[in-house]
Amino acid sequence: MYKILFKQDLVPNVHLFKIEAPKVAKKAQAGQFVVIRVDEKGERIPLTIADWKQEEGSITIVFMEVGTTTHRLALLQAGDSLLNFVGPLGLPTHIEHFGTVVCVAGGFAVATIMPIARALKEKGNKVIAMLGARNKDLIFWEDQLRSVSDQLIVTTNDGSYARKGLVTEPLKELLESDERIDRVIAIGPSLMMKFCAKTTEPFGVKTIVSLNPIMVEGTGMCGCCRVSIGGVTKFACMDGPEFDGYQVDWDLLLARQRIYLEEEKISFEQWQSQHGISLDDV
Amino acid sequence: MPKLNLKREPMPKQEPKVRRRNFNEVALGYDFKQAQAEANRCLQCPKRPCIKGCPVGINIPGFIKALTEGNMLEAARILKDKNSLPAICGRVCPQETQCEAVCVLAKPGAPVAIGRLERYVADWQREKANSSSAPTPLAPTGKRVAVVGSGPAGLAAAADLAKMGHKVTLFEALHVGGGVLVYGIPEFRLPKDIVQAEIDYVTSLGVELQLDSVIGKIDTVDELLTNGYNAVFLGTGAGLPVLLNIPGENLGGVYSANEFLTRVNLMKAYLFPEYDTPLRLGKRVAVIGGGNVAMDSARCAIRFGAQEVYVVYRRSKEEMPARQEEVENAEEEGIQFKFLTSPKQFLGNAQNWVIGMECYEMELGEPDESGRRRPIVKPRSEFILDVDVVIIALGTTPNPLIAATTKGLETTRWGTVTANETTGKTVKPKVWAGGDIVTGTATVISAMGAGKRAAASIDTYLKGLH
Ligand SMILES: Cc1cc2nc3c(=O)[nH]c(=O)nc-3n(C[C@H](O)[C@H](O)[C@H](O)COP(=O)(O)OP(=O)(O)OC[C@H]3O[C@@H](n4cnc5c(N)ncnc54)[C@H](O)[C@@H]3O)c2cc1C
Ligand SMILES: Cc1cc2nc3c(=O)[nH]c(=O)nc-3n(C[C@H](O)[C@H](O)[C@H](O)COP(=O)(O)OP(=O)(O)OC[C@H]3O[C@@H](n4cnc5c(N)ncnc54)[C@H](O)[C@@H]3O)c2cc1C
Ligand code: SF4
Ligand code: SF4
Ligand code: FES
Repeated sequence: MYKILFKQDLVPNVHLFKIEAPKVAKKAQAGQFVVIRVDEKGERIPLTIADWKQEEGSITIVFMEVGTTTHRLALLQAGDSLLNFVGPLGLPTHIEHFGTVVCVAGGFAVATIMPIARALKEKGNKVIAMLGARNKDLIFWEDQLRSVSDQLIVTTNDGSYARKGLVTEPLKELLESDERIDRVIAIGPSLMMKFCAKTTEPFGVKTIVSLNPIMVEGTGMCGCCRVSIGGVTKFACMDGPEFDGYQVDWDLLLARQRIYLEEEKISFEQWQSQHGISLDDV
Repeated sequence: MPKLNLKREPMPKQEPKVRRRNFNEVALGYDFKQAQAEANRCLQCPKRPCIKGCPVGINIPGFIKALTEGNMLEAARILKDKNSLPAICGRVCPQETQCEAVCVLAKPGAPVAIGRLERYVADWQREKANSSSAPTPLAPTGKRVAVVGSGPAGLAAAADLAKMGHKVTLFEALHVGGGVLVYGIPEFRLPKDIVQAEIDYVTSLGVELQLDSVIGKIDTVDELLTNGYNAVFLGTGAGLPVLLNIPGENLGGVYSANEFLTRVNLMKAYLFPEYDTPLRLGKRVAVIGGGNVAMDSARCAIRFGAQEVYVVYRRSKEEMPARQEEVENAEEEGIQFKFLTSPKQFLGNAQNWVIGMECYEMELGEPDESGRRRPIVKPRSEFILDVDVVIIALGTTPNPLIAATTKGLETTRWGTVTANETTGKTVKPKVWAGGDIVTGTATVISAMGAGKRAAASIDTYLKGLH
C-alpha cells in the first residue's frame, strides 16, 4: 500500500497527491511516469511524476478528473492509500545544454513540464515557458513555473486572464522573432501538441511531445500503448512517452485514445449511480 | 504383471455448450474412483521410461504406486520432491510430448494419464491435507539472493533457495505474482486460486515477495549486487509481443494476445464493469497463430460472446504447436480453424476500427530449420475475411529492459540471455538466469526446472563464500 502523505486541490477538477513511494523516488527523473491502481477492482492508469523528494521518499502526482479512476482518486484524502504504484516508467526527458528551449504546457500539464523546465534550467539553458489554459480558474503553478524559467507567457482561450488565445500564437511569434530557439517541448492534450508541432514544423525547430495513449501495464508487455513514429510502431511506455512531434501519426493516436469511450461511459455511469452523484455534479 | 488395460479413464469436463460461455475450469478433475482406476493401469515398468520424459524427472511410477495404495501424503511428497508446482503442471504440461509420450502404453495408444493423476494428488493435498506441510527451511545461512520475476522459473528458484536457508527477495513488476500463470493462461484452464496457493506456499517458506517492482527501473541488477545481495536469479520471461509489421496493424480492434489476455485474465475484464478494465470485443474474431497462446485467446473470445472465432494459421493442423488437448477443447467449443492462411493486411473503417483482414492462401514446401514444412504464399490467392477484432498470437521475445540495464550480460540475436544449460549461470559473475528469458517461450515445467537447477548452482556458489 502506498500512503497519500498530502493532498491539495489545485483547481476545481485538478488535484495533487504526495505519495509515499521511496523506491520510486530514489530513481525518478523528469519526464517519467507511474502506473497506479486504486483498489483490487480498479484499472491501472498512468500519471506523470510531477515532483519527487528522495529524502522524504515521496512522489508528487497531479491529475485531472476525467473518468471513473480519476474521480475515485479525487475522493481519497491524506492518510488513505493506493493499492499499487509502479515506477518510474518510461524514458526520462533528454536533458542537455541545448541553448534556448521553449516549454509549452497545455492545461494541467504545467505539472508535467515543471520538472523538465527545472532540469533544463539547471543545465544552463535559457527556458521560455508558455502556459495555456481554457480560462483563469484552471491556472495553477504559474509562480512555480516562472521560478524555473527566464520568461513566462500565459494565455487563456477566453481572455479571462493574461493574453487571450491559444498557446500556438505566442509560440509562432517567438519563432518568427530574432530569438534563436534550439528546441521546443510541448506537453498537454493531444490536439494541442499536434498543433504545436504543426506550428514549429515550418521553422524546423526540434519539437518534443509527450504522448498519452491508453496503457495497461506500462512496462512494454502488452502493446496497448503503441504509437506510430515516422511509420514505425513504438511502445510509448517503453520507447517514450516523449517523441519527435513531426514524426507522430496524430490521427492514429487520437483514434486509439477513443477505443473505449463507450465502456468508459458505462463504467462512469455505474460509479456515479453507486455514489449517488449525477452528471451535473461533476 | 498386471493385465494390460488400454482404456484411459476419461477426464470429466464441463459440456462444450455450457463452458463456451463461462470462465470456470473446463476439466473438472478425477474423483477418487477414477483416479484409482487410472493409476491401476500403470505397469510399474522396471525400466521406468516415463521418468526420462519429465523435464524435472518426477518419480512417476513411485507417486502412482503410492496413489494406488491410498497413501496420498506419500504420493504428494514424491511429487513435491521434484516439482514445486504439481497442481499447475498437472493441468498445463504438454504431457503428450513429454512424460506420456514415452510411457510404454503410448505405443498401443493409451499412455497412463500422468498429468491428470498428478493434478489429482496435488488438488487433494491443497484441499484436504493440513496446509502446515511446508518444510522447515535449513538454518539461515546469512546469504541473500534476489530473484527477479515471479513466473514458474522465479517461484521454483525462490522456493528452493529459501529451503536451503538463504534469505530470498522475489521482485515482480506486476501487481500479482505468477507471471504468465496469472496474466496469460486463462482461469478456465488454470484457476487463479491455485496459482495463488503456490505463491502463498513460496512466501510461507520465508521468501519476501515485492510486487510493483520493475528491476532496471528501480534498482538495476548491478545495484542489487552492490546493495547486499550475494547473487541474482533472472526469471523475467519473454513478455514482449511479436507483431506482424503489416499495414493496418495499429487499427482499433487489433490486439496483441498479451494485451487481450492481460485485460481478460489479469484485469478481469470479463467481470466489467464490476472490475473497471474494459475490453472491446466484436462479433467476428480472428486469432493469428497456432500455439497455446492462440488457443487461449480464441477460447477467451468465444467466452466473451463473440459469434464466430477463427484461428488463422499459416501451416496445417499437424504443425500446430499448441497442446493437443486444448486444440480438441477449442474445436468442441466451436472455434473454427483456417489452416494454410496468412494475413497480408488489415482493413479499417473511417473510425480506424478493423473491419477485415486480407489473407493469402499458403502451401507447404520443403522442410525449414525447424524441421516443419515451410509455408509459401500461393500467388494471387488473396481473399478477405470479415472480422471486427483481430488478436495477434505469434509469440513473444524477452523484454529488453534487463539486458539494457545490466552490464556484462550476453544476449543472442533473439534477445534471449545466454546461460549455461545445466547451471543457469550467465557470463556475468553472481548472475544466473532461467526460463523463457533464456529459451524464449517454452513451457511451465521447463522454466521451473531451470529455476531449480539454478537454485542448486547458486547454493553451491554461496556455500563457497565466507
Ligand atoms: C504517460 C502518461 C502520462 C499521463 N500523465 C497524466 C497526469 O500526470 N495527470 C493526468 O491527469 N492524466 C495523465 N495521463 C492521462 C491519464 O492516464 C488518464 O486521464 C486516465 O487514465 C483516465 O482514467 P479514468 O478512468 O479517470 O478515465 P476514463 O473514463 O477511463 O478515460 C478518460 C480518458 O482517459 C484515457 N484513458 C483511459 N484509460 C487510460 C489508460 N489506462 N491509460 C491512458 N489513458 C487512458 C482515455 O483515452 C479517455 O480519453 C497520462 C497518460 C499517459 C499515457
Ligand atoms: C497464453 C499462454 C499460454 C501458455 N500455455 C502453456 C501451457 O499450456 N503449458 C505450458 O507448459 N506452457 C504454456 N505457456 C508457456 C509458459 O507459460 C511459459 O513458458 C512460462 O510461464 C515461462 O516462465 P518464466 O518464469 O520464465 O516467465 P514468466 O511466466 O513470463 O514470468 C516472468 C515474470 O517476470 C516479471 N518481470 C519481467 N520483467 C521484470 C523486471 N524487469 N522486474 C521484475 N519483474 C519482471 C513478469 O512480470 C512476469 O511475472 C503459455 C504461455 C502463454 C503466454
Ligand atoms: S511435471 Fe509435467 S512432464 Fe513431469 S510428470 Fe508432471 S505432467 Fe509429466
Ligand atoms: S511408463 Fe507408463 S506404465 Fe510404465 S511406469 Fe511409467 S507411467 Fe507406468
Ligand atoms: S502499456 Fe503495455 S506495452 Fe505499453
